Amino acid sequence: MSKEGGADYDAIVIGGGHNGLVNAAYLARAGKRVLVLERRHLVGGATVTEEIYPGFKYSVCSYVVSLLRPEIIRELDLPSHGLEILPLNSTVTPLPNGDYLARWADHDHTRRELYRHSARDAEAYDDYGKLMYHLAFAVKPIMAMVPPDPTSLSPKDLRGLLKLGRHFRSLGEERFHALFKLMTMSASDFLDEWFETEPLKATMSASGIIGTFLGPRSPGTAYVLLHHYMGEIDGAFRAWGFARGGTGAIAEAIAGAARRFGAEIRTEAGVARVTVKNGRATGVVLESGDEISARVVVSGLDPKRTFLKLIEADQLPTDFVDSIRRFKIRGSSGKVNLSLSELPNFTCLPGEGPHLRGAISISPSVDYLERAYDDAKYGDFSRRPYMDIIIPSMIDPGMAPPGKHVMSIFVQYAPSDLKGGWDETRREAFGDAVIDTLAQYAPNLPGAILHRQVLTPWDMERDIGLTQGNIFHGELSLHQLFFLRPAPSWADYRTPLENFYQCGSGTHPGGGISGASGRLAALTVLQDWKR
Amino acid sequence: MLRGTPFHSRTGALCQSQNWRRWAGYVVAGSYELTHDREYYAIRSSAALIDVSPLHKYMIRGPDAVRFLDRVVTRDVSRCALGQVLYTPWCDETGKVIDDGTLARLGEETFRLTAAEPNLRWLHDNAAGLRMTIEDVSDSTAALAIQGPASREILSGVSDAGVDGLRFFRVTSTNVRGIPVTISRTGYTGDLGYEIWVDSERAEALWDALMEAGGPYGITPAGILALDVARIEAGLILIDVDYVPAHRALIESRKSSPFELGLGWTVKLNKGAGNFVGSKALEQEKRRGSEWQFRGLEIDWQSLEKLYGEVGLPPQLPTVAWRTSVPVYANGKQVGYATSGCWSPILKKYIALAHLQSGHAEPGTKLQIEVTVEHHRKRAAATVTETPFFDPERKRA
Amino acid sequence: MTNSYDAIVIGAGHNGLVTAAYLAKAGLQVLVLERRNVVGGAAVTEEIFSGFKFDTGAHRIGALHPAVVRELDLARHGLEVIETDPTVFTPLLDGRHLLLWRDPQRCVESIRQFSKADANQWVPFTQLVAKATSLLGAAYASPPPNVVAGGVRDLWTMLRLGGRLRRLGKRDMTEVMRILPMSVKELLDDWFESDVLKGTLGAAAITGMFQGPMAAGTAYTFLHHHVGVNGGILRPTMRVRGGIGSLTAALAAAATERGTTIKTNAPVERIIVESGRATGVVLECGEEIRAKWIVSNIDPKRTFSRLVHPTELDPEFCRKIRNIKFKGACAKVHLALSELPDFTCLPGNGPHSNGVISISPSLIYLERAYDDAKYGGVSRKPYLEAVIPTVTDSSLAPPGKHVMSILVQYAPYHLKEGTWDDGRRQALGEAVVDTFAEYAPNIKSAVLHRHVLTPLDLEDTYGLTEGNIYHGELTMDQLFFMRPVPECARYRTPIENLYLCGAGTHPGGGVNGVSGYNAARQILRDAKRLGRSSVS
Repeated sequence: MSKEGGADYDAIVIGGGHNGLVNAAYLARAGKRVLVLERRHLVGGATVTEEIYPGFKYSVCSYVVSLLRPEIIRELDLPSHGLEILPLNSTVTPLPNGDYLARWADHDHTRRELYRHSARDAEAYDDYGKLMYHLAFAVKPIMAMVPPDPTSLSPKDLRGLLKLGRHFRSLGEERFHALFKLMTMSASDFLDEWFETEPLKATMSASGIIGTFLGPRSPGTAYVLLHHYMGEIDGAFRAWGFARGGTGAIAEAIAGAARRFGAEIRTEAGVARVTVKNGRATGVVLESGDEISARVVVSGLDPKRTFLKLIEADQLPTDFVDSIRRFKIRGSSGKVNLSLSELPNFTCLPGEGPHLRGAISISPSVDYLERAYDDAKYGDFSRRPYMDIIIPSMIDPGMAPPGKHVMSIFVQYAPSDLKGGWDETRREAFGDAVIDTLAQYAPNLPGAILHRQVLTPWDMERDIGLTQGNIFHGELSLHQLFFLRPAPSWADYRTPLENFYQCGSGTHPGGGISGASGRLAALTVLQDWKR
Repeated sequence: MLRGTPFHSRTGALCQSQNWRRWAGYVVAGSYELTHDREYYAIRSSAALIDVSPLHKYMIRGPDAVRFLDRVVTRDVSRCALGQVLYTPWCDETGKVIDDGTLARLGEETFRLTAAEPNLRWLHDNAAGLRMTIEDVSDSTAALAIQGPASREILSGVSDAGVDGLRFFRVTSTNVRGIPVTISRTGYTGDLGYEIWVDSERAEALWDALMEAGGPYGITPAGILALDVARIEAGLILIDVDYVPAHRALIESRKSSPFELGLGWTVKLNKGAGNFVGSKALEQEKRRGSEWQFRGLEIDWQSLEKLYGEVGLPPQLPTVAWRTSVPVYANGKQVGYATSGCWSPILKKYIALAHLQSGHAEPGTKLQIEVTVEHHRKRAAATVTETPFFDPERKRA
Repeated sequence: MTNSYDAIVIGAGHNGLVTAAYLAKAGLQVLVLERRNVVGGAAVTEEIFSGFKFDTGAHRIGALHPAVVRELDLARHGLEVIETDPTVFTPLLDGRHLLLWRDPQRCVESIRQFSKADANQWVPFTQLVAKATSLLGAAYASPPPNVVAGGVRDLWTMLRLGGRLRRLGKRDMTEVMRILPMSVKELLDDWFESDVLKGTLGAAAITGMFQGPMAAGTAYTFLHHHVGVNGGILRPTMRVRGGIGSLTAALAAAATERGTTIKTNAPVERIIVESGRATGVVLECGEEIRAKWIVSNIDPKRTFSRLVHPTELDPEFCRKIRNIKFKGACAKVHLALSELPDFTCLPGNGPHSNGVISISPSLIYLERAYDDAKYGGVSRKPYLEAVIPTVTDSSLAPPGKHVMSILVQYAPYHLKEGTWDDGRRQALGEAVVDTFAEYAPNIKSAVLHRHVLTPLDLEDTYGLTEGNIYHGELTMDQLFFMRPVPECARYRTPIENLYLCGAGTHPGGGVNGVSGYNAARQILRDAKRLGRSSVS
């Protein structure tokens, strides 16, 4: 066993979230001795399945697989570690007037349904899909590259910039301009150029506001519309759906891969701080007081925790600390998980049906979403929130006892800086607003609830360690992306401290269970190691 | 969910094979009987009744209708007489085909355009600032094709007037047993035949009337498998099979101009109305010459016999038309690809429709086409020919 | 009378006049056609009530392109710019007020009563703004480069801009790149804590926009309005002696002196296009006039949807034109006053009435005003930008009397309920006076006459589509090489020899003449290249 320079490990990864695990797996795969330290009793971070009410399993936070990078699935052979992605193909938006809008797996079926609302939208939908396909293609290489620093004159960064420049030129004018619009417009304005059906625009734009502190009419929300199409360009690989066993199964699979490559994973091992000597990270001190040394330390925590809590402020340049302080990380979403004695019965589509096996979106109009945002803007939770709902037990019956169900409700907006602050009463009031709203569409729901778990940003910060409960480790706004994520000049997974790296969602490309940050960070560490 | 056409109660009852095919969000019969042979021969020797309701239909009305259509399609609409029908493609700005269909002038300012794909949005985009309306009548109008040598007699027997003298690519309004219809002498078979346009609510009655009147003439409901063979013989292109509509092509190379689809004759660069969408690009293409041509291929029977003979089999050809891309070679180098083909029962020839690079498209050119003989890829000799392969005089007479 | 010219400029707005003057200066025979009976477009001074003259469109000017002022010798033609001091006065209901002056030190003093920290931040903040705007200024000086398919010239422009950016130094360079896409609220929150200061600065960012201060991209519009302004001054207030109409009169004089013919009451019905080339115009009266170059100062949407027949344009292009966002957000209220407003927080007459009087107590106030508009209503508590030009220029009203011009936001062009009829118009006028009266109660009795222009009126009167004062929103997706649409970003259009020169083109927005200047240069460059005219 190599114990170079007397270090206990080659690498310590702080935080057993999915990015930390991916990072550890890649480092271990390269033959390094890796230790993952997780504060909680289970790995996964925000990617966990927990049985909080006996017999009912909740994907507590994150609940669908959408952007998990195919190369990670392939290179870590996640299917052999139990990853099974079940299809989640439809989206139904119930409407207050008793009607609904659906998008199904089948193209003709969807077209028919859209046609019912607007003939032109039914056609525009295909043209729009084609544009988004091309734009996803245009963005894919950017998502997969280490951001170059435009202020730097190093050959590496200049090469990166040149590559980027060439890439943009290769897109051609039409697509470049479309991409530019997508990056700068509001989801609502962007969709207005294509569609007229209100619930269609609302439901699509909702994907643009998830996890942000913006409304659908705020510029900068359009580009997330692309996420839905990112899966398309992976062709047959398409990794969009529900992980059998809940999202925790994804973390378990990655942890399994990491272990197989020899990584050690320790739970209930919270890190108190990173030890630094002469501007170099040398290891960590656990909350228990134990010290562990390593040649490199990688943090999977969000930038605020990483740089403002684990490291003494005087160890970092003031400019950098300022940048991290200014990094915007307001939480805006909550989660409600329900155990149900029976299925919800939607007025618009009564009884059991295929709509219960897909996503159900409470987003009847752009105004509705915008009003939900207005509440949050002034420090309240939305009285009538946007919700993205799935019923995992309809897709994977193992999630609940036979005949019973679990329901996962993603809710927006629940601002982290609630006026007067969050407490138990407010949390339950928030939960009530969610159930009340939902009962308007499925009146039997309140009577079917056996157990309710409500998570506000406050809970997510406390339980999972997400600063301000921000699910993306930092807002995905234009000025916090790419070479500015999390801070200018330090967007390449390196940090001002030697031997200290970052691999969480707070780095490029960030957000969602993609694992890309963890992988790119590992490749960066390995590259530095070679030198 | 997929829907039945307005004729579904009738076609459903007759479809013994349960061979249903998807067509533009509808289900239609692939064949009614277990094999489609008899249905094909009905087209060529008696009369066939074919449900073509899934076509998209648009009514275009208004003082600027001609100006609008001249803007959209490649044919010269200002010269389309009342009661005339034009077959025409339409293109995007770069002169690539979006769709093709028929355009019937039903009144001075009234037209019906048929299309394979939904085109409402495109039509609307081109209509900005013009005094006209576009109505999507796809669902409210059912369409039935009656095709074959006996079609005229059958149809004249049940309709009020106007069918007997109806010339090729003309349209008239009349009644069939009291059901108001418009009848055009058009079709997708290259034979004598008509297409009948009727209010969806009267569709079943129309079907019943024709089946009854056609009984003595051997009228036979035919599915789209039989139709496919007939249209290949007639050299008629099929969207999504022989070309990719420009709006849906993900890459440039998938798009085709009318010149590259053998539709150069429909491109009227000097129409009175001036420019149309794509005309600038098409003008340039015409000057420059097209990269591709669309031609018929006749596959040499002896060559096939030889290839199959080598493994001890007689030539084995698919029983239905194929719709896959098959490489075509000249001296070992790929120079094109066939997009559909079939055994022509009436011509006793194995034929295909192919995209060929311009240097290899002269009729008479000897090429090779890939055939899979007992799991092995071989090349059979083929000759470039003009289309249609089959062009009976009765079609126009 | 000749019926053929070298160039026809459609619309005698300030940009159109700048273009005309430059084309004439280069030796071209130029005809300017104006629909109204006065030149100036939305830069016009009109005597609405006998003896009272109002700047009915824009009531301030931006930083005029220095070359235009110099080369067209506008001073000789009567242009006199008044730079007011203080620049902005923000009254508050709590008895305090904020004053911004041309002297940074005086600003600091005024800010100190609200926050010591903010006072200390003021000068460094103005320095950041100066750096960022100098960069934008460089980008505004020429047609935007074609980033994707450009040639050597485009590449050169990009390299030049890249060089300018890098010269800022690493720290400022990243800071400028970081703030451009931000919301003005995020930008100001990074620097300041006092509500009134942030509200007053943030108001500059949302003027004319259908966006609130929390919308991403508004940091950019904030900077946009400071391009060309002397460093250290924020929210500069510049007026023209004799009213803004004197500026366009000077431009018209400069143009006619060089041989330009200007015809008023000459609305253009359509542009003649032959084989894809613009060859002339037809007036509404039926007259046909030919020219080699047709330049439209009309906004892009009107140009292409009204003046050019749709069949001359590609459907994709038409779709893009249709998709340009206008979303007019402002109205104008003009008051003839018997006396100056007397502010509760700062009683009596004083220099505070010289510049802009800004009703912008906080960013939240502005955001709430926007909230109303977002759902198709008029702001119950609107943002007001008022000026009283008679304080510095007594020629605009009878002795002792005053005129006050108020830009009101938000008044959305598209109302959710009802339309902009006279009832609505008067209600808006009343609401504005009521809001103002909260700060200066004497205003109600001081009003002699009231005149209101709703967004619909702005459209009808000045031909501003949807009442948008910038000929198209100044949002990120409609700037630089995207303004107004990529095909027209370099003042050329898909129709040969048809050019755009209005605010709908790069850099657009505000009375500065840059679009007109850039357009003229582009035309002359093209003319030279084609050798079709006797350009000197």
